[in-house]
Amino acid sequence: MTDEATLEVRDLTTRYGPVTALDGVNVRARPGEITAVLGANGAGKTTLLRSISGLVRGTDGSVLLGGRDMSRAPVEAIARAGVAHVPEGRGVITELTVEENLRLGDLLGATRPQRRHRLDGVYEMFPALAERRRQEASSLSGGERQMLVIGRALLSGPEVLLLDEPSLGLAPRIVTQLFGLLRDLVDRDGLTVLLVEQNARSALAIADTGFVLNLGRVVAADAADTLAADDELRHAYLGF
Amino acid sequence: MSAPTAAARRFLPSSVFGRNLLTVLVALVAVVLVLELTSPFRNSQLATMSYYAIAAVGLTVLTGLNGQISLGHGALMAVGAYTTGLLLENEAMPFPVAMLAAMVVTAVAGIVVGAAAARLHGPYLAGATLALAVGVPGIAIYFDGLLGGEQGLRISSPTPPDWFADAMYFLTAGEMTSARYLAYIGWGTLLLVVLLLANLIAGRYGRIWRAVRDDEIAAELAGVRLGRMRVLAFVVSAACAGLAGAVLAMVVRLAAPSGFTIVLSLALLTAVVVGGLGSLGGALLGSALLVFLPPAVTDIGTDLGMSGVQAAQLAPFVYGVVLVVVMLAAPGGVMGIVRRLRHAGRRARGRGGPSRPAAGKQGVGATDQGGRG
Amino acid sequence: MQQFLNVTLGGLSQGAIYAAFALALVLIWRATRIINFAQGSMAMFSTYIALVLIESGQSYWAGFAAALLAGLVLGALIERVVIRPVEGGPELNAVIVTLGLFVAIQALAAILFGASFESFPAPFGLSGFSVGEFTVAFTPFSAFVIGSVVVVMLALVALFRFTDIGLRMRASAFNQEVARLLGVRVGNMLTLGWAFAAVVGSLAGLLIAGGNLVHPAYMDPVIVYGFVAAVLGGLESPAGAVVGGLLIGLALSYVSGYLGSELVTLAALGILVAVLLVRPHGLFSRTTARRV
Repeated sequence: MTDEATLEVRDLTTRYGPVTALDGVNVRARPGEITAVLGANGAGKTTLLRSISGLVRGTDGSVLLGGRDMSRAPVEAIARAGVAHVPEGRGVITELTVEENLRLGDLLGATRPQRRHRLDGVYEMFPALAERRRQEASSLSGGERQMLVIGRALLSGPEVLLLDEPSLGLAPRIVTQLFGLLRDLVDRDGLTVLLVEQNARSALAIADTGFVLNLGRVVAADAADTLAADDELRHAYLGF
Repeated sequence: MSAPTAAARRFLPSSVFGRNLLTVLVALVAVVLVLELTSPFRNSQLATMSYYAIAAVGLTVLTGLNGQISLGHGALMAVGAYTTGLLLENEAMPFPVAMLAAMVVTAVAGIVVGAAAARLHGPYLAGATLALAVGVPGIAIYFDGLLGGEQGLRISSPTPPDWFADAMYFLTAGEMTSARYLAYIGWGTLLLVVLLLANLIAGRYGRIWRAVRDDEIAAELAGVRLGRMRVLAFVVSAACAGLAGAVLAMVVRLAAPSGFTIVLSLALLTAVVVGGLGSLGGALLGSALLVFLPPAVTDIGTDLGMSGVQAAQLAPFVYGVVLVVVMLAAPGGVMGIVRRLRHAGRRARGRGGPSRPAAGKQGVGATDQGGRG
Repeated sequence: MQQFLNVTLGGLSQGAIYAAFALALVLIWRATRIINFAQGSMAMFSTYIALVLIESGQSYWAGFAAALLAGLVLGALIERVVIRPVEGGPELNAVIVTLGLFVAIQALAAILFGASFESFPAPFGLSGFSVGEFTVAFTPFSAFVIGSVVVVMLALVALFRFTDIGLRMRASAFNQEVARLLGVRVGNMLTLGWAFAAVVGSLAGLLIAGGNLVHPAYMDPVIVYGFVAAVLGGLESPAGAVVGGLLIGLALSYVSGYLGSELVTLAALGILVAVLLVRPHGLFSRTTARRV
């Protein structure tokens, strides 16, 4: 029942001082599926991802990866267990070159030729990055930065991919391309993807299941197309 | 003074100044008693403590209230000491005038240093004042004709005037030795300085300094001129260091470069950190430590079979270790611990007094130690 | 003219040492936002370890290697035990901790090794090369000083540019959160950073000591010069620290040669204040705004 890469969040409560950001949240993401987490600003979406990757400690509840409790593990251990978290906007280390940023994604247990090969794969996927591989990452545009962090996350060969607002600042054409790519990867490699998005419409279009957060609680959880068809929910929480 | 009963409060003066004055007067009586009842050796130890304490209360205002660190206070004390030495040569003037002059000269030096330091913070300020501490003794060596070079300036200490000796004899039936007289000068100065600083801290400037320390931007938005307030804090602090230097010169009877090394500055820092940054009482406590700890640890060292030279190094070793340990274990110092105990006690008794906000982001007492989770 | 040449040459080899020391400060500053005021004391301590070995009959090189190794261990140990708890906390706390270490290590050295001046050997000659009929103030030992500093710097560049561990260290220094999300054990990288910096600092300590007298406080002025050099270079940039070190070495050598050696520390103070007031981000900084 519990696959290696099943991600399960159980009764997770996270507080920042007096503010309760997550209040008894239950979320389950399965391999080979894209699970969308939707909701307005401040609903707790980013906190959910940060709690999963260990950047924020939940006050209560647990995070299970393939049945194993990871809620007390350090960030780097969670990353090494196969969870790649692409934080919103600021995942690029601007002082390093594009290629150095990418190399950071693939430092764990691979030979040099293997790494070279995977790196070339990313450059093929994002030719814009290949042109700028020797430049400092600070010179990249917003869209190129998104490509960089997503490419870097894929390089580590993750089992679970946490994406925080990947469409932010990207042209609609690129978003479509990116989501298509994501869908292919999931279908091909059986990746588990947790996709946080404000752009609910396009997220639900590629997702299998969806969770809607509001003020730190899960207010709806269902198959993506069921959620997309629920007019009341769409008007109340999803804004389309 | 945590919870004086209403009856007791009626007898206390209502103004802050009045209360501070009363405290100082009580302290003065205690000082007279202690100085008269102790040996000349203890008298001279207490005289030493007085100049450490004068410098430390000044430093605690700067670092604890205003959030600026200074490793240059040893150098500022040197300015005060050399000024006093030059002015007291051939008994050119009465010593209170020389002390006042030393204070003014050092305060002027404080304006210069403070103006440069006002734009710096944390490590930059520490580095710049460290350079001051290491560099200033060079001046004395460069102008060796005037300042005596490595040997330093011999200083003629004031002798107790007959009227003072007679008055004290009449009061206490004790002999007025030179050590005792110098201790009186030191402690008299110290009490005066503490009285003035206590009022300054409780007043408008104290509030502004704390506001700047806790949140620079908010203070600036509220119309505080940051640079000016910082320089002012530095000047007040430097004036104290100058007075401390003057007392030191008279007590030690010598102003020499070797007396004002970086270790002096770090000892002062130890005193204010151990006592609890920003607290005058803490600074006094820390100064007592600087005086009474070294002989104690030196004795332990000799008992353990160390040579004199080795045992003498135990004191700075302990200062250093204490600085590290206090920062790691109790960044609020002794006063921070007392405050916490008192707070806990009050809460245990179910009265729940107003909680004291932790020191600001630059403050040492801040409870939030960050670190990685 | 000959004096000018000699003062310049002396300044260059001193400057190389200050550059190494400044570089060590910068490495730690970049990784942990802490100025390690204890670095001089740490370097002094490892130099004394070399001295003890050499005096017990070991070769200079055995002492040299032992000192660098001692620096490595000391740096790692100090980061782990006393620096880790104050990392990321109020900056004043970290400053006070390193100052405490500064005094404590110095006093400990005086207790263990004695507080008197002792002469430290140099592995190469200390009399100047002859050019025609002149003898210039550039000795075989100066050549060794400059050479070893250059070698260490090239090694560091290679480490940071071309190795995975160097990349991890840089990532940890620039952006801890992202580095951790990529599985980098940031804590270990910081420890390693302190260890490498302490090795470079120890090298500076050994080179200052060579052919000179050492005592527990002999590195005190060097902390100031190294700090000034690091600030001159912008505190963020290793290359800036090197250039800053050479400039400070030259400037102080001119002050010492033409004005008087007592004024050297004061001159360093003057340069520091001037830099902080006029170019607080250092001479080569690219960052637009930084609070100093």
